[in-house]
Amino acid sequence: MTPINTLTSTAAPLPLPNIDTDQIIPKQFLKRIERTGYGDFLFYDWRYNFDAAGHTTPNPDFVLNKPEYAHAEILLAERNFGCGSSREHAAWALNQFGFRAVIAPTFADIFYSNAGKNGIILCRLTDAEVETLIQRSTANPQHQITINLEQQTVTDDQGFQAHFDIDPFRKHCLLNGLDDIGLTLLHKDKLDAYEAKHNEEFWLAPKAQATA
Amino acid sequence: MFEKVWQQHVVVEPAGEPTILYIDLQLVHEVTSPQAFEGLRLANRPLRNPARHIATVDHNVPTTSVADRLVIADQVASAQVNALRKNCAEFGIELFDVEDAEQGIVHMIGPELGATKPGMTIVCGDSHTSTHGAFGALAFGIGTSEVEHVMATQTLPQDKPKTFRINVEGGVNGELPYGVTAKDIILDIIGRIGTDGASGHVVEYAGSAIRALSMEGRMTVCNMSIEAGARAGMIAPDDTTFAYLKGRRFSPAYEKDPVGTVSAIPNYPDSFNPPPISRSPWDLAVEQWSALVTDLGATFDRELTIDATKLAPNVTWGTSPGMVTTIDSAVPSLADAKTDADRKSFERAFEYMDLKPGTPIKDIKIDAVFLGSCTNGRIEDLRAAASIVDGYHVAKTVRALVVPGSQAVKHQAEAEGLDLVFKSAGFEWREPGCSMCLGMNPDILSPGERCASTSNRNFEGRQGRGGRTHLLSPAMAAAAAITGHFTDVRYWKFNSKEGR
Repeated sequence: MTPINTLTSTAAPLPLPNIDTDQIIPKQFLKRIERTGYGDFLFYDWRYNFDAAGHTTPNPDFVLNKPEYAHAEILLAERNFGCGSSREHAAWALNQFGFRAVIAPTFADIFYSNAGKNGIILCRLTDAEVETLIQRSTANPQHQITINLEQQTVTDDQGFQAHFDIDPFRKHCLLNGLDDIGLTLLHKDKLDAYEAKHNEEFWLAPKAQATA
Repeated sequence: MFEKVWQQHVVVEPAGEPTILYIDLQLVHEVTSPQAFEGLRLANRPLRNPARHIATVDHNVPTTSVADRLVIADQVASAQVNALRKNCAEFGIELFDVEDAEQGIVHMIGPELGATKPGMTIVCGDSHTSTHGAFGALAFGIGTSEVEHVMATQTLPQDKPKTFRINVEGGVNGELPYGVTAKDIILDIIGRIGTDGASGHVVEYAGSAIRALSMEGRMTVCNMSIEAGARAGMIAPDDTTFAYLKGRRFSPAYEKDPVGTVSAIPNYPDSFNPPPISRSPWDLAVEQWSALVTDLGATFDRELTIDATKLAPNVTWGTSPGMVTTIDSAVPSLADAKTDADRKSFERAFEYMDLKPGTPIKDIKIDAVFLGSCTNGRIEDLRAAASIVDGYHVAKTVRALVVPGSQAVKHQAEAEGLDLVFKSAGFEWREPGCSMCLGMNPDILSPGERCASTSNRNFEGRQGRGGRTHLLSPAMAAAAAITGHFTDVRYWKFNSKEGR
């Protein structure tokens, strides 16, 4: 994971609540066994128009297809972003399309965790703060937003200033690009001891013997 | 209960970091695992504890015929299924493959095998892992990076969630009103608290109506906890739980296997002491599991009580499971939206679903019916639906399919003759899998098609691009299949010749 601290970018507004992971990356793209190549399919059903023969053309009305938002690295959305399925493909698709951060009032739990593991900064701001940013980025696609992870602040070029909360450990991992598995394995001795004892608790073993 | 399970699984609590929680069982399926196995290979890490992993194929296997499943026409899906076979062989994981008698949706086979047990921690790269909470396990869905984490360490770093008890109180002996099911309980809860209402919380379902539910009903309730945003849903284990688990393939043995004896009281004559009695692993396990029950006076971060005697059959009308109402009411109007954001979603949902505010639910005509999924693909669900369709035929304009959740359910249903009831009524009788719940395999809706579905999500395009999904109980879906529009099962005229 690449370390990330500050990010300054234009932002694409998607002013809807409950944007679910089925919208972020539809199921037909989950059959692949690779971890890359999902960016083209981000928001697939919203991003493309489909003719009777099944051919696709970009939907010119969708925000990500507008040239003025093409280079936005920040996505703005309303509450409960990323709800639904646990598919980490949603985080991969956002990342591989070019988003480095999402700003919304709330995020669904599993998506929040998946995004963190892929170096995407998620900023929870108040409804009113998100609304302000959405209005400014809608009115002016060149509107620049700056996220400072170390300071936990979101600012813009028009005097906007907000603070967001983030778990200190998650922040530490994002800032340093740390691998979670490596961190857990630092505790291998304690894990070995725990597991040796725990394995004797047969009533919690997945595969006990049904007959004597 | 949650607190007890959590504490029993704490490996270490490093200062300033999330708790490292031991994971008793990871369930694996083809869609969210290939990148995790690949991660292990790239980092040259072994899979720590293969005996605590079970795998199956469910999400993208065809359900049309055995032949179609053995040779999957979709090359990308086929490659993914083959990757799981190769990975399970390489890392030593037991795989229940398409032709196995134990195959089924991952959340069906855990309980059916007896692999799911009270007090365990269970994870799977699938959000409906919350299903297993019905047994008093702490079970939750995770992303692929976390799947890899569990493979490598058999643990997960976790921040402790908050707790939320929902008491569902029924009538005498916890009885639900006629025609009301577990599905209606959970749809009502989601409608009440919203799709992010339980975010950051583990929900414990309690109350007389929950106690009175079968394991199948409890699984339906816990399954859709995620649709209320919950991290997990749990129900304390009781005699219903133990009766379900006893004798299953991976349950502790209960016959003649003395592992413990009651010791004699010293300094008392032998005639006073009872003869040594042996207790089987099963007895010891039940004793351990029984201790999980929530203590009287336990406190929760949040609590809610629902009067289940006032519930009616529910049907969703929109594109989020929280957009739900009862069969005897109508599509809401914009005035019913509580916030500006809700108003925007309502408008969008009216357009996507092609529904006008104020339309009575019973007037909505359907094109397709899907009976199945990890929410409602169990034997009890198929029995309820079969009793409705028996003696009738599916409406001319409706395409209806039954997809049993597992091979075990399919065989049981066939033994009871339910397959014949469905087939003679004009339903398609399919092979087990996730099927049209998420439409990863060929079972999808066409744009504009409207489906009465026993599954769990009515998101835009969930069952196929442009498809319109209404969630409801199996009996309600069956009734809609016969009449061609939503129909109140409370007034259903049964037509069975065999008195089913």
